Amino acid sequence: MATVDVSFTPLPAHVRTARLVALAMARRIGVAEDTLDEVRLAVGEACSRAVGVHAVRAPGTPVTMRLSDDDGCFTVEVTDAGVLEDDLETEIGALDASRLSAVVGPEGPLDALPPGFGLVVIGGLVEQVDVRCDESGTHVTMTWPAPGPIDLTRD
Amino acid sequence: MSEALPAAGGRVDLTLSTKVEGDRTVVAVGGEIDVYTAPRLREHLIDLVSGGSYHLIIDMESVDFLDSTGLGVLVGGLKRVRSHDGSLHLVCTQDRILKIFRITGLTKVFPIHATVDEALAAAE
Repeated sequence: MATVDVSFTPLPAHVRTARLVALAMARRIGVAEDTLDEVRLAVGEACSRAVGVHAVRAPGTPVTMRLSDDDGCFTVEVTDAGVLEDDLETEIGALDASRLSAVVGPEGPLDALPPGFGLVVIGGLVEQVDVRCDESGTHVTMTWPAPGPIDLTRD
Repeated sequence: MSEALPAAGGRVDLTLSTKVEGDRTVVAVGGEIDVYTAPRLREHLIDLVSGGSYHLIIDMESVDFLDSTGLGVLVGGLKRVRSHDGSLHLVCTQDRILKIFRITGLTKVFPIHATVDEALAAAE
């Protein structure tokens, strides 16, 4: 198994860097071209969420992202220093009409979507996603099929 | 009125260009709308609404990336114009951008058009 570990100061500017690193590795190990946009968006959502959590709970602690190439799969695990608190965050990929109207209605927050919205996006994008909490924080793990690196020596 | 606002430091992560068409204001957005750049779009929309522009068309055809932070800013813009009986229409044909609207159900919230002309016609 090949791994790349990325650790970054929890600032919004670094989320783009994390996205680009994940995209580069996904491309290198053969994740399907039409899936790369999903990888970029899902990794961005996970890292943005982590940066937001750290801004409140642990501004001095870096966000970590582990990229793994193992058994024909590309796995990205983003770990933050927080825990899931909002009920919405446990319902990955689900946003019913009543919640949506709460988001866009006058009673909702003006400029920010509710906590967990990023996980809703991830759940809608990624078939294989796992969110778990332990004493170190919340781990968002996303996996995509990766048939292997492109053989540049072949015609 | 037209203005181009490159990102701080000269890197063009996000570009904003605004022009007025009758009583509609068209904001052409380019680049990436994410957790880093979204605050600039939010400030721009706040400035427009504060200046009396309540009917906005946001042209997203040159947007390369949009995440949920950017969606939040668009929702915020919608709420602001609605509080003045205004409107906010989007222009977008890129599937990778439309996908996040579909996933979140926000296609039911925003009128989305294929061209600025179509959005202008619909907004009349």
